[in-house]
This record gives sequence, structure tokens and C-alpha cells, in this order.
Amino acid sequence: MTHEVGASVIRSIFPCLLACLLAGPAAAQVFDWVPDSRTGGKLLLTGGVSSVEGAGGGGLATWAVTTGYGAEDGIGGNVHATYVSLPDYELRSVGAAVGLWDRVELSVARQEFDTGSTGALLGLGEGFTFTQDVVGVKVKLVGDAVYGQASWLPQVSIGVQHKSNDQGAVISAVGGRDDEGTDVYVAATKLFLSESLLVNGTVRWTKANQTGLLGFGGDRNDDYAPRFEGSVGYLLTRNLLVGAEYRTKPDNLGFAAEDDAFDLFAAYAFSKNVSLTAAYVDLGSIATFEDQRGLYLSLQVGF
Amino acid sequence: MRIALLFALMAVTTGPALAQDAHAVPGEEPVDPYVVSDANAGATPFEGQAMWAAFNEGEGVGRIVDQMLDLSAADPRTAGIFVATDMVRLRRTLREQFCYILNGGCRYTGRSMADAHDEIGLQPADFGALVEHLQTAMTAEGVPFRTQNRFLAKLAPMRPDTVTR
Ligand code: HEM
Repeated sequence: MTHEVGASVIRSIFPCLLACLLAGPAAAQVFDWVPDSRTGGKLLLTGGVSSVEGAGGGGLATWAVTTGYGAEDGIGGNVHATYVSLPDYELRSVGAAVGLWDRVELSVARQEFDTGSTGALLGLGEGFTFTQDVVGVKVKLVGDAVYGQASWLPQVSIGVQHKSNDQGAVISAVGGRDDEGTDVYVAATKLFLSESLLVNGTVRWTKANQTGLLGFGGDRNDDYAPRFEGSVGYLLTRNLLVGAEYRTKPDNLGFAAEDDAFDLFAAYAFSKNVSLTAAYVDLGSIATFEDQRGLYLSLQVGF
Repeated sequence: MRIALLFALMAVTTGPALAQDAHAVPGEEPVDPYVVSDANAGATPFEGQAMWAAFNEGEGVGRIVDQMLDLSAADPRTAGIFVATDMVRLRRTLREQFCYILNGGCRYTGRSMADAHDEIGLQPADFGALVEHLQTAMTAEGVPFRTQNRFLAKLAPMRPDTVTR
């Protein structure tokens, strides 16, 4: 089958090269063996929004859905910009993600953790910023979060996020073990449609400090451990999902205790192309500065 | 004698219905024979009358089916699927199906979902498009969003039977 297709592609491309590609029919033939790529097959918000690490999900939690609006016959993609304003810090994230045939999701994000004037108090210097890049892959294994209404089975996906932080020296100075780390997670998402209720649970094996913004592993602990991310959302209208999330995190660094994170969110889809998520987040203590609660805003543009 | 025969015939037709009855609706094109059964509707009905009332009963369901089909037939994503369709039959069977599921006291006389869709080659995105038009039609009819979702939860499991590509 693949052999035949390959041969026919070579047959059609080789003799005419550019001419055929421009002419169209050969291009059509090439696309014969690429799965259908219609866009917009999913319902509003069912691809989730861009989570802070770039994967499709809620705000703090990663979900099992593939990002964007491509169904099994399509592709979807989006870019996001996220801004979190905390009393003593600021977090910015920009990224891009694609969902391929509702099976695979690829994502990249760049996070900037800006210590602002707190940087001076920490001895890092005013405006000192940790920059972290996150590259993620997610694969749907079983289930359909939206359409699997006759079954108890949620949609289950597994994923990997590789994170690299640009402040290795500072990280080791505060007791962190590494400036790079890889998280592995299993996520299960289910929409209880008759209740308009979305539920997600994710287990993440990680040793990231503050999701990696303060490095990986530490003087207190340098082992991977499973952490939990839970989200509950209620669909108020086709465009509006409101809910809450909870995320447990490691506590690896001796110099500063790390707390679990919590948020209350509202995700509004203006259309399949633009959505805005606003949340109240409580990230607890970060690098000895307590009570980091504030506003989370995230704009997503895509298809 | 003739009258007796006629009565006998009527008794037969009101008993367990056979395919031929379903075909005999005037103004519709014939379809291949099939066994008529409520099970063909692909979902069990709701209990009570709340859902039926929320959809404004038969008239509301009629308007919802009409608007859903009109929007689907006008939507460039799905228009091509409906060009060769017997819309008279489709409107009737969809009304019956919705009425049956909403516990409006109808019988469903159409084909099973697998049978009705096995030759039209629907894709997942077609299903999404139809659901969107159904949502629009239900909203226009004033069906509360939560109630819409309860109904959609009955239709969602039919996706693997209708989507074949
Ligand atoms: C849960 C979703 C769906 C339900 C409940 C449903 C229901 C029905 C019913 C009751 C029939 C008539 C059966 C009969 O003639 O005996 C039918 C036929 C048909 N449906 Fe659907 N349908 C669904 C999804 C779709 C979708 C997504 C499309 C396309 C966008 C579609 C297009 C058609 C067409 C074109 C026919 C006529 C087939 C023919 O003439 O042979 N249906 N459907």
C-alpha cells in the first residue's frame, strides 16, 4: 500500500517536476496519501485553550484534548500570548501549537519569569528574568472526550514536555540540580455533556521547580515524583467555560518552599479563531515571596 | 366481504410494521426494505415530559429540524451532501426521531443510523457542522443551553455509526 503510493508519487513527480506541481493534479495526487486536512471540525472550546506550558488544556493544567479545531479529518493550530501579573513577579508566555488529525499535538512555548523589582531584593538585580523554552508532544491514546457520551471512558493522552531554562548558574546557586528537565504526563479528560460539565485529571512525573522556571531537582529532593493536575469546568454557553483548577508541585529547593497552585478561570471563545482566558491564580509562595495571587490573561488565535 | 378484507388489511398494517409501510408515505422516494423499529432511532427516550416541553413539542421540533437542515444544506462545508437527498423523507424521519428521543410519543419509522449513512461517506467535520446548526436551531427555538446538551448527549454516541470516513 505505502509502497504503491510512494511509487506513484515518484512516477508522477519525476517526469514533470515543477510543471506538475504547479499544474495541480500531481499536487492533488501527493495529497491523496496525506490524511484529509479539513479545518474546524471540532465544536467550540473542545480543543481546550493554551495552557501556560503551551499544550492544549486549561490555564495551569494540561488536558488530554488535542489543541485547535481539527477533528480526525483535520488539522488545527494556534498561537497564544499569556500574561500573569503577581504581586512580586510577572510571567509572560508566548507559543504555538498544532493538532494533527485529533491524534497528535506539538507545542512550543517561551516563558519569561520576570522578577521585576523583586530581583533586586533576591540579589539577582532589578528585572532579572528567567527564560524557559518548553517543547511538547502529546498523543491521544483512547477515548473521545466529547462524543464518547455512551461510555464511561474518558479521552486519555500521554505527553512529554522538555523544558530548558537559560539561568543555569542562578539555578545551581539556589540549590537546583539542572537547568533542563523533561516532564511526562498522562491526562484524562471527559465532557459530561448532559451535565455540561468538563472534568480533567492529569498525572505528571516531574521534578521541575515552579514548573521549571526555577530549574529542576534540588538540594532537598532530586527524584521524579507524580504530581496531580485537576480541572473542573462548566459550560455556561457554547462560548463560555468557567471552572477551577488545582495543580500540585514538587518542593525540591531548601531555600524556598513551593506550594500547590490553584485558579478560577473563564475561557471565552469569540469564534473558532479567537479566544480569551481570564483567571484568578494563586501560586502560593515563590522564591520566599508569599501569597503570589493575581490575574492571568491569555489570548489565543488560531483555527 | 370486501369490507372485511379491508379491515383485515388495516389490522395487519397497524401491527408490527414492515418496511413497506415506511416507504408508502406519499411524496417520498422509495428506499431499500428494512425492518421498522424504534431501536433504529439509536437512542433511548428521555423520561417525563420536561424535554418535550422544552423543545416546544411537535411544532418546535419541526422548526428545529427545518432550520438545522436548511442551514446544513446552505453551508458550503456540507451543502454537497444534501443535493441528492430526499429532503421530504429526511425531514419526516428526523422529526420522528427527535420526537421519539424527547419522549414526545412518536414512533420512529426510519432506518438505523448506520443504514441511513453508510453510503454518504460522512467525515468528522461534517458531523461537527451539523451539530453546530442544530445548536443554532435549538437556540433560536429558545431551548436552554443545558437542555440542548442533554439532547446532544443522546446524539453524540451515534457519531461512529454516521461518520464513515
Ligand atoms: C447524530 C447525528 C445524526 C442523526 C441523528 C441523523 C439522523 C438521520 C435520519 C433519521 C435519517 C433518515 C433515515 C431514513 O431515511 O430512514 C438520516 C439520513 C441522512 N443523513 Fe443523517 N443524521 C445524523 C448525522 C448526519 C450528518 C452529520 C449528516 C451530514 C452533514 C447527515 C446527512 C444525512 C443524509 C444526507 C441523509 C439521507 C441519506 C439518504 O438519502 O440515503 N446526517 N439521518
